[in-house]
Amino acid sequence: MAEALVIILVKCGAILVGLLTGFAYMTWVERKVVARIQVRYGPNRVGPFGLMQPVADGLKLLFKEDIMPAQADRLTYILAPAVSLITALMAFAVITIGPAVNLFGREVTLNLADVNVGVLYVLAMASMGVYGIILGGWSTNNKYSFLGGLRSAAQVISYELSLGLSLVGVLLITGSLRPLDIVQAQGGYWLGFIPRWFVFLQPVGAALFMVCAIADVNRAPFDLPEADTELVAGYHTDYSSIKFALFFMAEYVNMITMSALTVTLFFGGWQGPVLPPAIWFSAKVLIFLFCFVWLRATLPRLRYDQLMGLGWKVLLPLALANVFVTALAIVLKEMYF
Amino acid sequence: MLQAYVFIAILLIASLVFAVTPLLMAFVIRPKRPNPVKNATYECGLEFESFPEEARPVWVPFRVQYYVYALVFVIFDIETVFLYPWAVAYSQLGLYALAEMFLFVAILVFGLAYAWRKGALEWV
Repeated sequence: MAEALVIILVKCGAILVGLLTGFAYMTWVERKVVARIQVRYGPNRVGPFGLMQPVADGLKLLFKEDIMPAQADRLTYILAPAVSLITALMAFAVITIGPAVNLFGREVTLNLADVNVGVLYVLAMASMGVYGIILGGWSTNNKYSFLGGLRSAAQVISYELSLGLSLVGVLLITGSLRPLDIVQAQGGYWLGFIPRWFVFLQPVGAALFMVCAIADVNRAPFDLPEADTELVAGYHTDYSSIKFALFFMAEYVNMITMSALTVTLFFGGWQGPVLPPAIWFSAKVLIFLFCFVWLRATLPRLRYDQLMGLGWKVLLPLALANVFVTALAIVLKEMYF
Repeated sequence: MLQAYVFIAILLIASLVFAVTPLLMAFVIRPKRPNPVKNATYECGLEFESFPEEARPVWVPFRVQYYVYALVFVIFDIETVFLYPWAVAYSQLGLYALAEMFLFVAILVFGLAYAWRKGALEWV
């Protein structure tokens, strides 16, 4: 019992420290990559290649004066960033980064909790994140924040539908919601060299999932809740110092979780030759994080009616069609092969 | 199985501490020199007091459009929740389950088509 508790506390610590580091260096990578795409240098003053920039930013935000708008709803205003961050961190609990390993003579699973409805849990936590945003937007009593919060709620519920439906195809094939089972179903190769990843069986599902994941974490080109050209900074216009940092961290942690989920569902999780599983998993997640940054530097923002139209009139019917084509294909396969 | 949820509860406590600690730390070490202009709500540089009385409140009833979207969302979200167990048990159910689910979703798709036709999905 005591040993189990120690293991779980170590895992909690690893998740929190890992996500904090991931967030910090993700901001550095984002600024560096966007700068390079725009033919600039990006941060290069603090430490070699500007590598100490995230630390400097964090310290600066900690020492900044915290402005409490006079008209704000004080309690909600303080709690909203914490709610946002806590839900983002919680979502990572079931992400499995590798098969169980043997450490010091005992079996240790490489996830915090092995829940049999794991994928559903991640989606539930991801959609809880909107509470932080809408409470933050509402509590500041600022028109821009309020609009940002409302937009965010409408956008998240619109894209969450297609997000949920796009992975039903994977569930049909594996018959399980456990990340471990889903990754194990993707082991092996076709014709000896094509990995049996679900992205090849479910190309439409994978594409839909990735588009909806970007919209779900409010990233460009779907970053309308914080569209700075029209809403100043959206829901965190009146947030400053460490509260702003918490919102910022929640956004990046959500990006990491969504990338990890994409890898688990469609890109074979930790499976790969030669290198250890955890390395493969991290490498695949990093590729998707790079894509988030790349998209932000490349694509212009959608208009709001285009965004809602895309979600309801294109993605939702496509996701439903994908579910039926997959179900039909499975039945036909069982009948004739 | 239930043990897993105990682990998640432990993570909840850990992340609570993780989120509240920086707030407290900043509360202790930050400078605190408020003044009315600094604490005013951001309004493109305009002063809040210069606004006409009726333009000030932000917490007003908002567009009904959001409400319509929320209604359609609830319908389809429940549908998704029903689809998940169906998908997980699909390999044991076969063709009959496919036909049944097709009927169920077809009714809802008809609902979506109706909302679309009525213009509920047009953002104006």
